[in-house]
Amino acid sequence: MKVLAAMSGGVDSAVAAARAVDAGHEVVGVHLALSRMPGTLRIGSRGCCTVEDAMDARRVADALGIPFYVWDFSERFHDAVVQDFVDEYAAGRTPNPCLRCNERIKFEALLDRAIGLGFDAVVTGHYARVERTPEGPELHRAADWAKDQSYVLGVLTAAQLEHCWFPLAGTPSKAEVRAEAAERGFLLAQKPDSHDICFIPDGDTRGFLAERLGAEPGEVVDRDGAVVGSHEGVHGYTVGQRRGLALGVPSPDGRPRFVLEVKPSTRQLVVGPKEALAVSTIAGSRISHAGAPHPGLDEGLDIEVQIRAHADPVPARARMVGDELVVEAAEPLHGVATGQSAVLYLGARVLGQCTIDRTVSAGTVPAETVSTEAVTA
Amino acid sequence: MRVSVREALAAAEPLANPASTHRAGQRARAVLEDARERIAAALGAHPTEVVLTSGGTESINLALKGTWWASGRAGERGALVVPVAEHHATLDAVEWLEREGAEVRWIGVDAHAVTDAAALAAALPGAALATMLVASNELGSMQPVDEVAEATLAAGVPLHLDAVGAVGRVPIRFAETGAALLSVGGHKVGGPHGAGALLVRRDARLEALHHGGGQQRGLRSGTQDALGASLLALALEEAVAELDAEAERLRALTDRILDAVAGLAGVRILAADDRLPHIAHLVVEGEGGRPAQGEALQFLLDEAGFAVSNGSACSAGVARESHVVRACGLEGVAPLRLSLGRTTTAEDVDALLAALPAAIARTRALA
Repeated sequence: MKVLAAMSGGVDSAVAAARAVDAGHEVVGVHLALSRMPGTLRIGSRGCCTVEDAMDARRVADALGIPFYVWDFSERFHDAVVQDFVDEYAAGRTPNPCLRCNERIKFEALLDRAIGLGFDAVVTGHYARVERTPEGPELHRAADWAKDQSYVLGVLTAAQLEHCWFPLAGTPSKAEVRAEAAERGFLLAQKPDSHDICFIPDGDTRGFLAERLGAEPGEVVDRDGAVVGSHEGVHGYTVGQRRGLALGVPSPDGRPRFVLEVKPSTRQLVVGPKEALAVSTIAGSRISHAGAPHPGLDEGLDIEVQIRAHADPVPARARMVGDELVVEAAEPLHGVATGQSAVLYLGARVLGQCTIDRTVSAGTVPAETVSTEAVTA
Repeated sequence: MRVSVREALAAAEPLANPASTHRAGQRARAVLEDARERIAAALGAHPTEVVLTSGGTESINLALKGTWWASGRAGERGALVVPVAEHHATLDAVEWLEREGAEVRWIGVDAHAVTDAAALAAALPGAALATMLVASNELGSMQPVDEVAEATLAAGVPLHLDAVGAVGRVPIRFAETGAALLSVGGHKVGGPHGAGALLVRRDARLEALHHGGGQQRGLRSGTQDALGASLLALALEEAVAELDAEAERLRALTDRILDAVAGLAGVRILAADDRLPHIAHLVVEGEGGRPAQGEALQFLLDEAGFAVSNGSACSAGVARESHVVRACGLEGVAPLRLSLGRTTTAEDVDALLAALPAAIARTRALA
């Protein structure tokens, strides 16, 4: 095969590229320049901030003896990922930019170009497994469930999975990947993992959003509408969040309160007890199938649902209702934020996902249906 | 590097510091000054006018910053007159000076990236320096050097010519140009990559970028690289000696390339008819309103064995959008600069022309 290895400058993609070379494939390395450097006079908005990561990737390519290029996807990244991130927060939802980047950049913009240039597949350092079956490709969790990244790949379609290769799929642990990188003499073997959102390097998501959406103070209210505090701007708050709430009025029962709802139009945060976060049903219309659509979804299928990157999967029943995927959890889900993906699993296999548009409260505490403005608007 | 230069490098004897007064130093000094004289002769200059540098970028920086700093006290310095389609070495130095308080008078170019000489002449009164390429380093279009030189002489404004990409391709006789300063670099003539020169007319006033031992008229302190100078001299001499024959040969080859691609869908030729003989520059337009993907075109040609340029790269390796193409009034196109050299043969061009149309079509078909 002729494969294009996406090399971020991190350990995982370096080892993935090395394994592709070892497997005897024709490998070309590419580093995606994703960040913009606004304010430079002559170049407008071209990617130019990842000097060190690009260099790390380049040195691995040198060691592997493969051609290496830096391709500028900064404009598409900005439009499809950064702007989407800002827009979603503006609408009171909580986006997952890594998932969006996989969907629109790595396995769309890059993959399309790769195919157009005669490559058979894109290789990345993701921890997930693609299984080839007569019915088409299937996406599965990685061997190392602690590192498993199938959630952020859950948005990939059969057509995309057809051309994906994740050489780290079967690696028992990240430690082994680091050890392998060191053995191969890669200087980046001990480079720290990246946790932050790559386009917010200082980790200050609220500051990032405030710069773009403004930060207007508003009220923190309880479920009855009584004002219990104030905030410096709703953007950046996420359903289920407890930290960062400065509440002047103690809760009646003295127990901690959590963000139940973000209302950008009235600049209100609704807070309440943990129980009020409990959600029994989630639904969304932006649906994708990670392979052939499972026929059982039309009638209703017992699956497990994962509602964010690091949540545990929860038993549930999923069913298509019109254009909507409705997922009824067998036990209450906590901290379900609209805008996140609900990824459906059948054991280790990923069936697909929907972007969560609305939720129905589990009703374990007296409360109205919690639904965000995304639905009512 | 030329074979002769590589051989001379391999055969090089150890050299002492040419500034040392002992006999070993004197021998090194002789090598250095011999090289300086040969460089001067190759470029129609006097040896005193040759300031050796690390290459074109340093030469340009010394010319621009040095002249501006020497033009008066802070707050009283004259303006810089600069065409918008210059090389980044010029643009970045000028933009830095602008942030330091320099007044910059930007001069437009036409659709072939040829500087508007009349506008440049009109911008000269009160200027500290005018600068211009001898030929566009991207498109190859020759610039109106004589007209601009005449205007600067009449206005009493020193002129710097960036000849880095033109030297060895078109005749350059410094004394006859009318310029006060002229930059050359070694790597464009098959010489060492770390050697270049700034020709500085005797009456030019400029401050140094580096201070130290006061070498080279005090304009470029630092131990001088006699070996690098001798290699640069060798490369320049050869390039100038073969100039006429090479120009004719390369012009025929680049004409062939441009004639062959001119009729292809989505291809435009921007260069002026009067251009550097060895550059074939074209731009590929996107299809259906999509911008053309220069990275893809460069990849396809690189894969096919053709090392082509799709623009200058930033430190991360990202090809920057060409400000020159933009100055010509085009955006969203993929520029392609095919730069031919001494070793390029007619067979190479045959092979290129067999691959190029398909690569262009494939690039345009990409989403």
